[in-house]
Amino acid sequence: MQFMLLFSRQGKLRLQKWYVPLSDKEKKKITRELVQTVLARKPKMCSFLEWRDLKIVYKRYASLYFCCAIEDQDNELITLEIIHRYVELLDKYFGSVCELDIIFNFEKAYFILDEFLLGGEAQETSKKNVLKAIEQADLLQEDTKEAETPRSVLEEIGLT
Amino acid sequence: MSDVVEKTLTALPSLLSLDSQPGSAKLSSNSKLGNLIRGITELTSKHEEEKLIQHELSSIKEQVSSPNTTMRQMRELMVRAVYCEMLGYEASFSYIHAIKLAQQGNVLEKRVGYLAVSLFLNENHELLLLLVNTVLKDLQSTNLIEVCMALTVVCQIFPKDMIPAILPIVEEKLNHPKEIIRRKAVLALHKFYLIAPNQVQHIHNKFRKALCDKDPGVMTASLHIYLQLIQENAEAYKDLTASFVTILKQVVGGKLPMDFNYHSVPAPWLQIQLLRILSLLGKNDQRTSEVMYEVLDESLRRAEMNHNITYAILYECVKCVYTIHPKSELLEKAATCIGNFVLSPKINLKYLGLKALTYVVQQDPKLALQHQMTIIECLDHSDVIIKRETLELLFRITNAQNVTVIVEKMLDFLRLSKDDHTTVDLAGKVAELAEKYAPDNEWFIQTMNAVFSLGGDMMQPEIPNGFLKLLSEGFDSEEEDRKLRLFAVNSYISLLQGDPSKLPQRFLQVICWVLGEYSYLKDDLDPVVVLRLLAQLLDMKGSSSDTKSWVLVAMTKLCWSETAVSVAQQVAETYSSSFDTTLRQRAQELQHLSRDSQLHSRVLPPGGSLEPVEVDSSLSFLDGFVSEALSAGAAPYKPLHQRQEELSRSKALSLEPYGLSLPISTSSCSITDRQSPTLLSTSSGLSGDSTDFSHRGSSTTLKLDGVRRVWGREGYLAQKEPVEEVAQVEIPSPLRSPGQQGDADSCHSRTPTANPEGDREKQQLASSLFGGLSSQSSVCLMEKSERFGRKAKGQRASSTPNEQRSDPSVSSSSAVDNLLCNNLLEENSEPIDSSTKQTFQHPQSLRVPNGACDAEAIISDDDTKGRNRPVSPEEHVEGDDFPPCEDKSKDLSLTAHLPAELSGFSHSEIIPLCSNRSLDLSACHVQTDNTVVLVVFVTNSSEDANLQIQVLSEELEVCCPCESPVEEVRGHSVSVRQYSLTVKRPLVHFELVGRLSYSAAGTLQSMQFSYKLPLTSFIRPLTVSTEEYGSMWLAFSHDTKQNLTLMKEEQEPLSATLNALKKKLSLHVVEIIGVEGLVACSLLQDQPCLMHCRVHAGRLAVWLRSPVADLPDCLLYHCQRALQEH
Repeated sequence: MQFMLLFSRQGKLRLQKWYVPLSDKEKKKITRELVQTVLARKPKMCSFLEWRDLKIVYKRYASLYFCCAIEDQDNELITLEIIHRYVELLDKYFGSVCELDIIFNFEKAYFILDEFLLGGEAQETSKKNVLKAIEQADLLQEDTKEAETPRSVLEEIGLT
Repeated sequence: MSDVVEKTLTALPSLLSLDSQPGSAKLSSNSKLGNLIRGITELTSKHEEEKLIQHELSSIKEQVSSPNTTMRQMRELMVRAVYCEMLGYEASFSYIHAIKLAQQGNVLEKRVGYLAVSLFLNENHELLLLLVNTVLKDLQSTNLIEVCMALTVVCQIFPKDMIPAILPIVEEKLNHPKEIIRRKAVLALHKFYLIAPNQVQHIHNKFRKALCDKDPGVMTASLHIYLQLIQENAEAYKDLTASFVTILKQVVGGKLPMDFNYHSVPAPWLQIQLLRILSLLGKNDQRTSEVMYEVLDESLRRAEMNHNITYAILYECVKCVYTIHPKSELLEKAATCIGNFVLSPKINLKYLGLKALTYVVQQDPKLALQHQMTIIECLDHSDVIIKRETLELLFRITNAQNVTVIVEKMLDFLRLSKDDHTTVDLAGKVAELAEKYAPDNEWFIQTMNAVFSLGGDMMQPEIPNGFLKLLSEGFDSEEEDRKLRLFAVNSYISLLQGDPSKLPQRFLQVICWVLGEYSYLKDDLDPVVVLRLLAQLLDMKGSSSDTKSWVLVAMTKLCWSETAVSVAQQVAETYSSSFDTTLRQRAQELQHLSRDSQLHSRVLPPGGSLEPVEVDSSLSFLDGFVSEALSAGAAPYKPLHQRQEELSRSKALSLEPYGLSLPISTSSCSITDRQSPTLLSTSSGLSGDSTDFSHRGSSTTLKLDGVRRVWGREGYLAQKEPVEEVAQVEIPSPLRSPGQQGDADSCHSRTPTANPEGDREKQQLASSLFGGLSSQSSVCLMEKSERFGRKAKGQRASSTPNEQRSDPSVSSSSAVDNLLCNNLLEENSEPIDSSTKQTFQHPQSLRVPNGACDAEAIISDDDTKGRNRPVSPEEHVEGDDFPPCEDKSKDLSLTAHLPAELSGFSHSEIIPLCSNRSLDLSACHVQTDNTVVLVVFVTNSSEDANLQIQVLSEELEVCCPCESPVEEVRGHSVSVRQYSLTVKRPLVHFELVGRLSYSAAGTLQSMQFSYKLPLTSFIRPLTVSTEEYGSMWLAFSHDTKQNLTLMKEEQEPLSATLNALKKKLSLHVVEIIGVEGLVACSLLQDQPCLMHCRVHAGRLAVWLRSPVADLPDCLLYHCQRALQEH
């Protein structure tokens, strides 16, 4: 996989992960072109696109588009399932995920993605294992949080 | 599940009622990030957003650089900076702080720091070096989470040069007790392999250990590496085939833990990865393919059609089945699968079905025929992507009969296409088809006009160049050439008289050149008229200065009459003071040549023949300059293909347009035309450049060939329906025109016919699209392997006189018949695999008198010849019994049949080429002192048979010492044939294709095979003295330079490297002087190649020279390989 983009129906980028080295200018150009192309497509149309010399596989979940770029010999259908598995993981982690979860906790969404896909390849396809890895890191996070700055947690509760 | 997501994913407006959301507990809605996000959503204009973000960024900037900011605050700031970057605003000031955070923070801050680094920086960023120590420290940490984070970041970005610093520790992690660490370590090594393959060469055995890991996750991760390795060199990993098959069997059989199930399908990702690996291993390799038949069958059977994920596996399975050595039952099942895909109402599956059809159609045109009505429906599909894929499919089945209809469809699409990339690609394809199959001049020129106007200026420069080359070089018949050129002139004159301002610059340039060269062919045309038309182009606003140069050059060619001179003088006057130096140069030329008519006629004789200009393509006059620069420390020149290879190794996203599938070699374009400025610049034939193009060309053809070879359907037919095949072969194809309708009908009866009216239209389209598909399959395949459509053109030209023209869409039977006759005649003049012909369903229907008789006569002639010929005086060995399954013993026993005169020389491994129930074909090559001999063994395990073998190659001359083409092979014996091979043109690998036709017990059958051998088989040591070497060196004009890796030898790395090369490539080391080495070899007896090596900065700078074009480049490739393997 060359890159993965998440963007909203309004064309706002929500997540971007590049597995090939590109300059920022190129990234922006690609993102702009792709968002435009994908948003212009009708719902009943094919989920695959030929774009430059890449293949784009995209799927829409509610207001969010998940979009992956793969190479010619890669399997389009399994890429579609990679997207779906990622959504499943997000759903499990956030408990019924919505776009807001991803907007406000985008760094978490990145952590999950990094446990699932690494360097553009599926790293771990067992849902249980991915979530276990994330939870372990999170747990540590909570622990240290409490140990180091107990007050801030209280603050947060107090303010909410 | 997805329903749940769909329901719960909500749009932005519900933002402010966060608390009611179940998932919102984790939302830090009060945080600064939350405020920022909320602030942005409340804004209405882009301008306001920009202001807000700039403000935000400056506040972040202030805080990150303050010494009082804690790491915890820093973490928060980094998240915000990442968010701003995602919105498209630059926050480069924060990069260094992200690295600092990763370095100094506690675990959770580190995590954000690493994430920010991986999002901010790319592989080549210089700041990345600062991360190396942090990664090193974390890798050695006792905290698992820290190790995981370090490995994760290494898998994403790591500076190439620093790999050795962490490699030992990463390797160590392969033995870690935790599987997650092992898995990430394997993926890190995969990453290293991708960016710096030679760094991890020494740990290949560790990959094997990872493959055998008890944890399925680690094993899966190791497959990524294996896929990559096998893609590069399948031969080295054949021994693992059985292991991969076993793994796949276990996975398919549900032996993995349930965790790996995805929608109750066991480990689909793993399955697909394995299928991809297997297809690479089984390609062109019958023995290996046989190992996997069973598990493929199992996979096809298990994957029941119910969910996307099973379709994904099926699709991969089908691809695999069609790539490996064919097996009839599997092919049948795969074909059914493709059918299901194509007919599926789900649009994604339909797309993949079409794609699969495109992939297999050249091998199995019957499959396309079966689905012709669906294909036609897809041609009008509302989704552009489907349409585009359908055109791709049609492109593959184009032949002389359906070319007009298909090209029309493609041009229709081009007219509507807005995507540049598609336009470029499709324009190239139309041009290719037009060149190959054009039915007549008029159509050809008009189609090319359409290509030039639609393709515009983005078009590949090869297309206009190829077109002009075609016009200038012409075909076999002078008269035809004249007609074609005249037609082009007429067409362009009328275009210029219309509105030329709409035409793209490239097209105008083509027009200029053609008018300049050939307008004299039109007798009634005054050159002044042409000059005026051309002058008008100069005044047009949109004309580029490039185009203006072309115009001036064309004018220079035309100004030989008095009136013309005065027009030309005027123009020359205007431009001789132009600021553009090229334009000024051209104007000066025009001025001088128009003044001096004698000089003009000497330089540019009207209608003069095109003498190719000799060009010193190696630029040897620069040698002194180059060696001076090199000794001053300049980097040696790397040819383009090598630079690209290095680039592609770094897996960069290629933003260039497609390499055209058009196999036009620009190298052959070298300066045949005298004055065209652009052509001159494209063909500044550096040897590096030219080989690059031939490489590219050959790689595209290779792809096609590869598919075809695997796909010979002979095994399929011979095993499945031998009787039918006999019928097919003996019935000549003129029956096709009525039979074709029959085919369409019979397919029809299978698909439900709804509307007879619309259907008839579609049927008509079908018959024009799929016309001659069956006979085409063979013709087209042979033509595909030609480097340029010229041969086909030649045939076209020669067949034009007896061809009646008629509207193809009406396709009056006479035209079709006529075409068929031509087709047939062509078929007979070329070796064609007759077994790929279609089954004809109405053998007794109408015959076309001419073609049918001819063909029959020839075939029956063949037949009788075969049967009556006396036993040929070649080696026959009788009575030997060969157990067909024991390969080892077969090899040995075949070795015994090697002709006595060759037994003293080394021979390659005897490999099986093709086989069926009764015949087995194997071959090897023997390297003698002055030649290479291909030895073909035919093992006949049934009764007597007459057989005929043809071996062909584009780049090799194949010479068969025995005269009789037909030979009898007695039952249960081995017959041996020899072919001596000489090189016509050096290539990295040579490919021979051959056809075996034989008749046994009255039936005629045939098989296709191919054989590949490397250039090194033809290389012999060349013993020369240092003085001789010196004088030869200066005399050779083709050269190439490159840096190679030195072998890591403590003492004498140079001599060790040279000895390795000597051993592998049979070179002769002339002398080693200090850090320099002289090496010589020759291509067989008479084509020397010299190599000069010099140790420079730990690398081996190699300079190869030869009088033979391409030889240095090809040899260099083998040197590289030899050293890599070492």
